[in-house]
Amino acid sequence: MSDLTKLTVAEARDGLRKREFSSVELTKAYISKMEESRRLNAYVTETPEHALEQAAVADEKYRNGIAGELEGIPMGIKDLFCTKGIRTTACSHILDNFVPPYESTVTSKLLQAGVTVLGKLNMDEFAMGGSNETSCFGPAINPWKAKGSDADLVPGGSSGGSAAAVAAEMCAAATGTDTGGSIRQPAAFCGVTGIKPTYGRCSRYGIIAFASSLDQAGPIAKDVRDCAALLKVMSGYDAKDSTSAKVNVPDFEAVLGQDIRGLKIGIPREYRPEGLNEEIAACWDKGIAMLRDRGAEIVDISLPHTKYALAVYYIIAPAEASSNLARYDGIRYGLRVPGEHLDDLYINTRSEGFGAEVKRRIMIGTYVLSAGYYDAYYLKAQKVRRLIRNDFLEAFKKCDIILTPTAPTGAFALGDKSMKDNPINMWLNDVFTVSVNLAGLPAISLPAGVSGQGLPLGLQLIGRAFDEETVLKTAYALEKDVHFVRK
Amino acid sequence: MAVDTETVKRIAFLSRLKVNDDKIKDTEQEFNNIFNWIEQLNEVNTDNVAPLESVNDFNLTLRDDEVTDGNCRDEVLANAPDAEYGYFVVPKVVE
Repeated sequence: MSDLTKLTVAEARDGLRKREFSSVELTKAYISKMEESRRLNAYVTETPEHALEQAAVADEKYRNGIAGELEGIPMGIKDLFCTKGIRTTACSHILDNFVPPYESTVTSKLLQAGVTVLGKLNMDEFAMGGSNETSCFGPAINPWKAKGSDADLVPGGSSGGSAAAVAAEMCAAATGTDTGGSIRQPAAFCGVTGIKPTYGRCSRYGIIAFASSLDQAGPIAKDVRDCAALLKVMSGYDAKDSTSAKVNVPDFEAVLGQDIRGLKIGIPREYRPEGLNEEIAACWDKGIAMLRDRGAEIVDISLPHTKYALAVYYIIAPAEASSNLARYDGIRYGLRVPGEHLDDLYINTRSEGFGAEVKRRIMIGTYVLSAGYYDAYYLKAQKVRRLIRNDFLEAFKKCDIILTPTAPTGAFALGDKSMKDNPINMWLNDVFTVSVNLAGLPAISLPAGVSGQGLPLGLQLIGRAFDEETVLKTAYALEKDVHFVRK
Repeated sequence: MAVDTETVKRIAFLSRLKVNDDKIKDTEQEFNNIFNWIEQLNEVNTDNVAPLESVNDFNLTLRDDEVTDGNCRDEVLANAPDAEYGYFVVPKVVE
């Protein structure tokens, strides 16, 4: 029965509806995959009994004709989403015994739609990282390996466990979050598909906050259709998140297969800098040719402030993080390391509880917000952020959607020295993805080829705000031509 | 704007984080590397550009001023590292 884990969410949904197999059978198949692949360290908390109970309920609902949209589909949940009664850690020592008394809005929507939860997925600590190596549980491992090498590769980050688990068929699909590329880059590294929707599309309620003006939830799945089906369920206005948008949620699956003739595809010249990896450039060119062959119009566009996006991001994201992470004080929840006075307790708790990258970002954020530096750094970054957003608004006067690579490289080795020695080298991974968060736009990453080493490479499609439909239908067309073979 | 040892110590305290003495110099160096890289933003002319705080084009909505949550003291305290008599326990702060 292990073939059941090969099915996409849409295929599994059809099989369940036709009663070709039960949710209990499907869930058991994923549980055995989860157990077989523990070496990948994709899950930090496994909840197989819980999943089987949910699956039995799902099967009952199918029998009674009251099944939800995703009834009985086994999912993994990034450990940044609060799950009622299930430990939620953000993969930080400071929260490693935290059991939320409430459920995030996105996961409650998924539960209402009937999914079963196999467990919580590994990630970079507080979603800060691009390789999953900052997790207090150790890194998740990419199921892909370079040709002729047995070295373990990173799954990307921060949603590394989500992408690795989907690629290794340890869940039918997973949730992710994306602040600077944390859904799209790991999806690209693991040869799976992930969409970060428009800021405000999914409620942030119950998602442990990193940088609130940038954070968005989205699905990581086996293909574009699954992303569409999951995003529909995860989206929608929520009074508990003041930045959640009061907009209708379309039936995203309905646009898949629509003609893309005449669609204007923008190709930003700044995304092809001197020295761009040749394989990435070739993969991009192939994607451009495929869309052109389908009758789309290719348009040269400019996003002139692209080169400043990372520096803007590494002011704004740490600033917001330093404020959001001030709540970890050792008093109300999480780790407490005693101290003689209150400040000692705070300092001891936070120094022991946070890892190196999180501490680095808290301190950067504290610095850029501190008296005397606020205008020079934080306010300056917010101004350049507006220019970056304006670049996209201008570009979308000339095109309907933008095609770029997802990341400047494929998956790299665990413990890469240049990235360990200089954090900026790790941050450069996000060079093609951060602008999208700064501008609040929707973007998908889908696998579009393999490198000479046999590793997956991703392409990114960026749409106008709240136009996930064009993103998804274009991605679907591209996917049809790419014929990518999943791991 | 170079970051010096005193600034590192001050930022660490404001962040309520400990930077061990033997790590201060490394942290100082790392901060200077990062902020030298960030200095590139000074190339951008931002005269008459309003800061962008939020990408939302809509105004935040106000809800009715009524109690929508509460009466869950035990749930709130369930994750506390130390709680007694229905309260969080903290070190003595008033001498």
